[in-house]
Order: sequence, then structure tokens, then C-alpha cells
Amino acid sequence: MGDILGEYDVLAAFWLTIQLAFFSAIGSLLIGTVVAIMRVSPVRILQLLGTWYVNIFRNTPLTLLMVFSILGATFILGINLAPDSITDNAKRWAIVMLSIYHAAFVCEALRSGVNTVPAGQAEAARSVGMTFGQSMRHVILPQAFRGSIAPLGSTLIALIKNTTVAAVIGVAEAAGLMSEIVENKGSSIGIFLIFALGFVILTLPLGVLFTSMSRRLAVKR
Amino acid sequence: MSTSVLFDAPGPRARRRYALLTMLGVLLALGGIYFVLRKMAEASQLSPDLWTPFLTAEVWQQYLIPGILGTLKAAAISMVLAGIFGLVFGIGRLSQVSAIRWVSSVVVEFFRSVPVLIMMIFFFGLYAQNNVFDSELNPLAAVVTGLTLYNGSVVAELVRSGVYSLPRGQSEAGLSIGLSPSQVLRSIQLPQALTAMLPALIGQMVVVLKDSALGYAITYLELLNWSKTLGSAYANTVPAYIVAALLFIVMNYLLTVAARLVERRLSSRGRTTLHDVGPVQGGPDRASTVGGTSVQKMGPTNTAG
Repeated sequence: MGDILGEYDVLAAFWLTIQLAFFSAIGSLLIGTVVAIMRVSPVRILQLLGTWYVNIFRNTPLTLLMVFSILGATFILGINLAPDSITDNAKRWAIVMLSIYHAAFVCEALRSGVNTVPAGQAEAARSVGMTFGQSMRHVILPQAFRGSIAPLGSTLIALIKNTTVAAVIGVAEAAGLMSEIVENKGSSIGIFLIFALGFVILTLPLGVLFTSMSRRLAVKR
Repeated sequence: MSTSVLFDAPGPRARRRYALLTMLGVLLALGGIYFVLRKMAEASQLSPDLWTPFLTAEVWQQYLIPGILGTLKAAAISMVLAGIFGLVFGIGRLSQVSAIRWVSSVVVEFFRSVPVLIMMIFFFGLYAQNNVFDSELNPLAAVVTGLTLYNGSVVAELVRSGVYSLPRGQSEAGLSIGLSPSQVLRSIQLPQALTAMLPALIGQMVVVLKDSALGYAITYLELLNWSKTLGSAYANTVPAYIVAALLFIVMNYLLTVAARLVERRLSSRGRTTLHDVGPVQGGPDRASTVGGTSVQKMGPTNTAG
């Protein structure tokens, strides 16, 4: 185990994993919020577009999106995100695809938060004379936000684990390095444990944090 | 539909605004389609001879159907094994013996937080070095192992929260007529919990099906891998991936619909169901409102691949 840590830069690989996760989390949050707003909007066509987005990207394997980003989008369609560097292009595409894919789940998480708010809350807000903006700001969104903490946490954890899929397009994050090591040195429990524990360390505290947060902030009904 | 919560019935001004937004939506959709088509046209990916192969029997017989079968085979074996794994460790987590409970919890939590691809790479190497299986079988075995361990852990959580979500009266009634705790679990709680988790279980199959595409990384011949071969054989990479994506979407969408049907059927029989917590990951939806403590916790891992 020690010689592997000495010979290969495992920490650098995990640093790349963290980078991928960080930027994709922001990207998916942005796209996901837009899609969620479309899905809960009162305009039929926007709802439909949002629903289509979710159904398409939630049901397509992330691996397919990743492979397509290089073999299809870069090589054939000529959409290169970093013309002078192959590794940068792969890394940026990985972030784009992770964002697009997880945006579908972020959207569903946010929407489920909205769905936890009973209709009576909005009706009560209206009946005391609040405008649309007021009822959103003071009544609906605070509750909706609290309701979506748990599913958002799940999505973030899934995203961190899914950064490994970027290995299929040669991004040297944790899984990429691991398969390189396995190729050179053979597979062993030690190697597996190093990488597995890396992910346990990354995800477990987040899981605990989100669970306790969602409990603490839960709206008592 | 959540619209009822957020929006009042529209008046004349709001209706005008909606009409404006509708136009904006149409423009957005058309713009998106135009962008994609233009990019594809620029790379001459729209030319008919790239697409007509999909109308021939040969493409289906030699590439796509073997691909679909490969995907379904891995998914089916994994789902069955994951069911067994999940049942064993789910019951383990409910055990009266604290050592069993503890071990099961560690196993489940561990495999839930390790990415499936990491497991697949590890087992692929392990099987290959030790000649555990016939060398042709190694990729399949590694895919199945990875999927089983991860999804089994998710199923174990489903079992546990399924039992927890039952009314306490159920187990109390069982105990009061003199059944032992394990008899209560076996003949009262589990049957109800398993029915309740059926929709979630079907939903989990979507995850298994999608994650089987990770087998691409360890040379397992599933739909994605076959599509790549198809793309090189007919020099139509982009169309091949698009068709593969459509096939995945159709298969997964059918599963989602099946889950919804089963759920509706169960609830029309007056059963409460444990909502799919992740798989279709729309699940978290209701996850936070159902079943008390553990249900929320289940969400965490479920999107992989």
C-alpha cells in the first residue's frame, strides 16, 4: 500500500475528483434550477420542455454522455472546449456532461421540495392579501428549500461518485489513476481500499451533514 | 401538479404574460433544435447514408440486439443477486444481535459510498489475475459484482426502511399473540415491506440498467460498446450513439412507467408504498415525507452512472 502511495500521486487524482465535483455541482445547480422553474411554471410548453429534459437525461447512462462528448462531439461535430490541450478538453467536457446529467436530478430534488408545501400554505398567503412575490418569498420558497435539502444532498453525493465516470474519456481522476495502477501492478485489496476509502471520506461526512441539516430544518407539519 | 400550490388562476394580464412565455418557450425549443441540427449538418452528420443502416436487419442483428441483450443480461443477473444481497443485509440490519446489525451496517454503508466503477475496475483485475472465471466471462462477472454490491446495499436500505415504515401496531400485534421477534419479522413485517417497496425496486432497475453501461470501461460488450463498434463499422459514430441513447431511454422509461403502474395498483388496494428513493431519482420527491427516520437517509447514493 505504501509503495503505491509513494509511486503514484493519489492525492492529485482525488484533487481532480474534487475539482470535477465542485464545478459540476455549480453547473448542475444552475441548469437544474432553470429546469425546475420551467417544470413548476404555469406555462404548458415550458413544463413540457422541462419534463423532456428530465426524462431524456435521467434515463441516459452518464457513460454514454461521456463517451459521446469525446468521440462524437469533439472528434466529429468539432466542438472542442480547449483546442490546445486534449486533457483540458476532456476535463471540461466531463464537467459539462456531469452538469447536464445531474441537472435532471437537481431539478427533481427542487421540485420535490416545492411539492412538500401543502396547497393550504399558498392559499392562506393569498387570502391574507400577499402578492405573488410576497407569498413566494415569505411562505413558499423557505419551506420548499427546506424540503429539498435531503434530495439535494443525495444528488451531490451521487455526483461526487459519478465523477469517476470521467475516467472513460481519459480524465486522470481517482478511477482513471486506479485503472492505470491496476494495469501496471495488478489488482489488489490494498489498491481498492485506498480508492474506496477516499470516496468514503469524501461522501460520508456530507451524508451525515445533509441528513442532520434536513432533520434540523425540517418543517414540522 | 404543483402549479396549484404556486399559482392562482390567471387573470387577463397573467394570461397575456403566459402567452408571451409560451412564445419564448417555443423559440427556446426551436433554437435548441436548430443549434443541434446545424452542428450536425456542418459535420455532415445528417446525410441519409449515415442513418439508413438503422433500417437494415443487419445492423440490428449484428450490433444493436446483441448490445441490448448484453445490457439486459448484466442487469437481470445483477438485479436478482442484488435482491438476495439486499434481503440478507437488510434483515441483518434489523437483527436482534447487535454484532450482526453492526457488521451489516458497515457493509451496506461502505458499498453505498464507493463508486460502482471503482468496484468494477478492482474486480475485473482481480478476476483476471486469479483466473476465477473463464477469461471471456471476466468482464461480465466484474460488472455483475460491482452492480450487485452497490445496488444490493440500496435494496438493503429499502428493506430496512420498508419495515420501519410499517405501523408499530403490526409488530406489537404479532408479539402480543406470542410470536417471537424473528417470526414477527418473517411472517408479518417482511411480506408487507416487500410489497411496499416493489415500485422502488423496479425503479432501482433503472439504475442497474444505466450503470451496466459502465461495463464499457472494462470491455464488457453491452449496448454502448456495441454502438461504438457499429459506429466505426459504418462510419456513423454520432447516429450510432444517438440511437443507443434512444434505446436506453425507451427501456428505462418503460421501467419507470411500470413502477408507477405498480404503485398506483398497490395504492388502489389501500397499501402505502415506499417511494422510489433515488433510482429514478425523482424518488427523493416524496422520500423526505415518507416513513420516518431512515427513508431520507436512503437517498444519498443513488444516481450512479
